This record gives sequence, C-alpha cells and structure tokens, in this order.
Amino acid sequence: MEALIKKRIKQVIKGDQDAFADIVEIYSNSIFQLGYRMLGNRHEAEDIAQEAFIRAYVNIKSFNQDLKFSTWLFRIATNLCIDRIRKKKPDYYLDAEVSGTDGLTMYSQLSSNSPLPENELESLELHETVQKEILKLPEKYRSVIVLKYMEELSLNEISEILDMPLGTVKTRIHRGREALRQQLRYV
Amino acid sequence: MKCNDEIVDLMHEYLDEEIDPANEMILREHLKGCKECETLFNEFRKTIAVVKGTSKMQAPPDFTAKVMASLPKEKKKVGMQRWLRNHPLIAAASLFLVLMMGSVLSTWNQEREFSVSKQENLVVQNNTVIVPEGEVVKGDVIVRNGELKIEGEVQGDVTVINGEKYLASAGHVTGQIEEVNEVFDWIWYHMKKTAFDVIDIFNESEE
Repeated sequence: MEALIKKRIKQVIKGDQDAFADIVEIYSNSIFQLGYRMLGNRHEAEDIAQEAFIRAYVNIKSFNQDLKFSTWLFRIATNLCIDRIRKKKPDYYLDAEVSGTDGLTMYSQLSSNSPLPENELESLELHETVQKEILKLPEKYRSVIVLKYMEELSLNEISEILDMPLGTVKTRIHRGREALRQQLRYV
Repeated sequence: MKCNDEIVDLMHEYLDEEIDPANEMILREHLKGCKECETLFNEFRKTIAVVKGTSKMQAPPDFTAKVMASLPKEKKKVGMQRWLRNHPLIAAASLFLVLMMGSVLSTWNQEREFSVSKQENLVVQNNTVIVPEGEVVKGDVIVRNGELKIEGEVQGDVTVINGEKYLASAGHVTGQIEEVNEVFDWIWYHMKKTAFDVIDIFNESEE
C-alpha cells in the first residue's frame, strides 16, 4: 500500500495528473470522515476534503517523500478543519469561563448530574449522540479525539499531524476523554 | 471524594496503551479495592468503545471524480505522453513520420552545397551553370543551390533546387522545367521522385 502510494506520488510529481486519482480513492473516506467529525455536516465535510486533496496535489513537490504521506495529508486536512471552525462563530467553548463566575468553566456546568435526557437518547441513533458530543468539544480536544479514536492514529502520528509535542497531545486526549466520559457514560 | 489524581493519571496511561507493567499492577490492585475508581475506569472504557464503534463514514461516490475535475490543468507535455501511451499505433505512426521528416529535412540541410548533374558541355562559373549558346545538352539537368542560365538547348527535364534559372530567348528545354525553393516544395519533390522511382521499378519489372 505504502509502496503504491509512493509510486503514484512520483508519477504525480512528474506531472501525471491521473495517478492522483488512486491517492484520492485510497484516502477519500478517512479524510471525508475527518471533515464530518470535525465540522458536523456532510456538505462542509465534502468541501473541506476536496480542498485538502487539491492542496495536496498543488503542493505535492513540497512533500518529503521519506515521510508518511497520510500524515502529511491529515495535517493539511486537519489544519483546514481547524481554520474553518475558528472562522465560524463559536457557540460556546467548554473551556471558556462562564461570565459572572470566578474561574467556573462550562465543564462544571455540564458535570456529572446532567446526562442527556432519556427520550433524547432513545430518539437518536447512538452514533448521532457520539457525533453530537464530539462536536461539543472545543476544537483543540475535538481534533485529537477524532484523530485518535475515529481515524485510529497513533499518538506519535497525531503529534506530527498537529505539529505539537507528544505531551500536549496526551493532555488534550485526557481532557477530551474526560469530557466525553461525562456525556456518554449513560449511553 | 475521589481517589487521588495519580490513579486517574494511571488510567489515562493505561488507555493510551503506554502504562508500564509495574504501574499496571498498582492500577489493578487499586481498582479491586475501590468501587468509585472502578466505575470511573469502566466509564472511560465504555466511552472509548462507543466512540470507536461509531460507524465509519463513506465519502460520496462521485468524490474522486469531483476532486480530479477541480485539479488545476496539467502540463500539456504529460497529457501528450499519456495519449501516446494509450494510442501505441498512432504513436508509432507519428514517430515514423517524425523520423521521415527528420531525414528529409536533414537531406535538405546537407544539400546546401552547390552541385550540378554531370553533362560534358555544361559550363560552370562559380555557382552559375550555363548551357552555352548553340550547345545541346542531353539528359536531365539538375542544379542545386546555384543558378542556371539556359542559352542553348536541353534535351530533357530541368530542375533547379534552391536557386534560380534564366531561360534566354534562344534557350530551349524539351522536357519539363521545375524550380524547388522551399522546404515543402522540396519534400513534395522528394515524394514525387520516390513515387516515380517506384513506378519506374514496376515499369522495368514489367518489361
């Protein structure tokens, strides 16, 4: 698989555009999924995934062929998603202090004794619930959780994709996990 | 309320699959004796299982086609190369044509030097060939890269390649007169010549 990707990349660098189709085919589902989990709707997910592939194509010469292509592609896609989220008007962030309180964040508002109402749980498919909770996470926790548990990437890869130290990745995963646990433990 | 953060940290280490065996023992021992921590730990595991179990997304079926259609146009050169690869017969034919053209053109270039067909009574002055007045030249006269002045008679065809001919009032040519000056004329001339040669071969073999 990696060998095929490498071969196709060489062809694309030589200028053979058609060779890029295989690359798109191989990664389309995971990049689309990344967009969907990060942004919450299919339309934007498709949009962002397309842009990620186009950027990868345009910048293919700057890709270091000794590295893993998927890491590079995920980095492009994740950055696009994060930019998109930041441009949107933030609804609320769990991290943000609730106004008029002293150091009280949305985490405490959401804490253990406010699980989702039962009828809501019944009406939603399980994966919709999960999706909803993931979208509630602040972007910095959302990206690590999506990369770790939905794309099933290793901590080292995530650290490379997000260009941040392994320690930071772990901290964010721990916080994201804690926030999800509080919301999903009764599911 | 809860057990110390150290145990929670161990849980995260465990969930990250980075816990060392000694710490794993500590965690397991603690969980056996502490209901609260065991519940917390199970909630973590369940949460992860639920998130991981979320069905995988599929990109729309026309996704790849859409991406390919919105890529910037590739360089013409490569498109051409692929086209040739996909049409080997045409590619071979084109290659043949290119080589043919090349050889014809190189003949054209090689033959930049002055030359004239050999007939005894032709007079050559610098790059000018003269059919003297009163003389009769037998056979075809071919002049390359030079001028031809016909003051006498030529019994045959006259061909001037890349040059000019002057036919004096007294001059006379029994056959055809042809001037070839441009590359395409030259190629045409070559083709005709080849064709006639071929016909000649057939004619000869029939005889």
